[in-house]
Amino acid sequence: MMVRIFVTLKPSVLDPQGMTLQKALSTMGYKQAQEVRQGKYFEIRWEGGLRSPDERAEVETIAARVLSNPVIESYRIEWPAEG
Amino acid sequence: MKAAVVVFPGSNCDHDTYHVLKHVLGAETRFLWHGDRDCRGFDLIVLPGGFSYGDYLRTGAIARFSPVMEGVRAFAAQGGFVLGICNGFQILQEAGLLPGAMLRNRGLKFICRHVHIRVERAVPFSRAYAAGDVLRIPIAHNEGNFYAPPEDIDRLERNGQVLFRYCSPAGELTDQWNPNGSLHNIAGVMNEGQNVMGMMPHPERASESSLGSEDGKRLFLSLLEAVKDRAGAR
Repeated sequence: MMVRIFVTLKPSVLDPQGMTLQKALSTMGYKQAQEVRQGKYFEIRWEGGLRSPDERAEVETIAARVLSNPVIESYRIEWPAEG
Repeated sequence: MKAAVVVFPGSNCDHDTYHVLKHVLGAETRFLWHGDRDCRGFDLIVLPGGFSYGDYLRTGAIARFSPVMEGVRAFAAQGGFVLGICNGFQILQEAGLLPGAMLRNRGLKFICRHVHIRVERAVPFSRAYAAGDVLRIPIAHNEGNFYAPPEDIDRLERNGQVLFRYCSPAGELTDQWNPNGSLHNIAGVMNEGQNVMGMMPHPERASESSLGSEDGKRLFLSLLEAVKDRAGAR
């Protein structure tokens, strides 16, 4: 099973890379791109169905303890579709 | 003083730090491997600068899970002196032994040059300086933009945990002399117990006159004295 994890800087944290990207887009004429936030994307191929609470808790721990730094980042997990 | 310098895959200031401790200060010094768990028997453990694990994921994020960090954590919990320089500072933050996190420099550039920092307090890490002393010392980093949530910054300031701030040559704290965008011009902080300290500038690169500045040497001398005092008190 594939689980996808998105890590982004918290809204309260300034993102110098995203701001630079936004400026570049604006210069290129994409005036509607008002804000850009850069983040990270991870795919983990997981042995097992990812249905049990224990398995899901392990993935949560990986996202919270390893893939993100809670001081500056938040994460979102996209679980595989049921079925 | 018995000192250890931890070597992670990708550390590159380990030998410079070892050299200063052993040959400039004359302290008994040895390397600790990242796979070593046992950190007992030392007075000081230094996490040196570099690019541990290639800075993959986040600076210091993978190194903090090294076996040696269990030993460093236990050593710090018992009051041992732990110094993190540059990447070593980032590792200590990731490990939760020091507050805050490093964002990318606000100018998005790797900065490698001498800057000025002001000593905020005379504590064990800085007792050979006086509060208000201005040091000329190099930085070399891409992620040195100190960030912590407002409530954490308030607590750091209240507790007097900020040890070094970027400043002008005269010691003024203005944004113009802040090289990387760090909140409150923070260049170095301690834990609450004042036995763990991290700093982005490199004192080991400013400990011999042939390198253009000896301003960092007194940091190591401070630790030498502090350890001597502790031994005397035992």
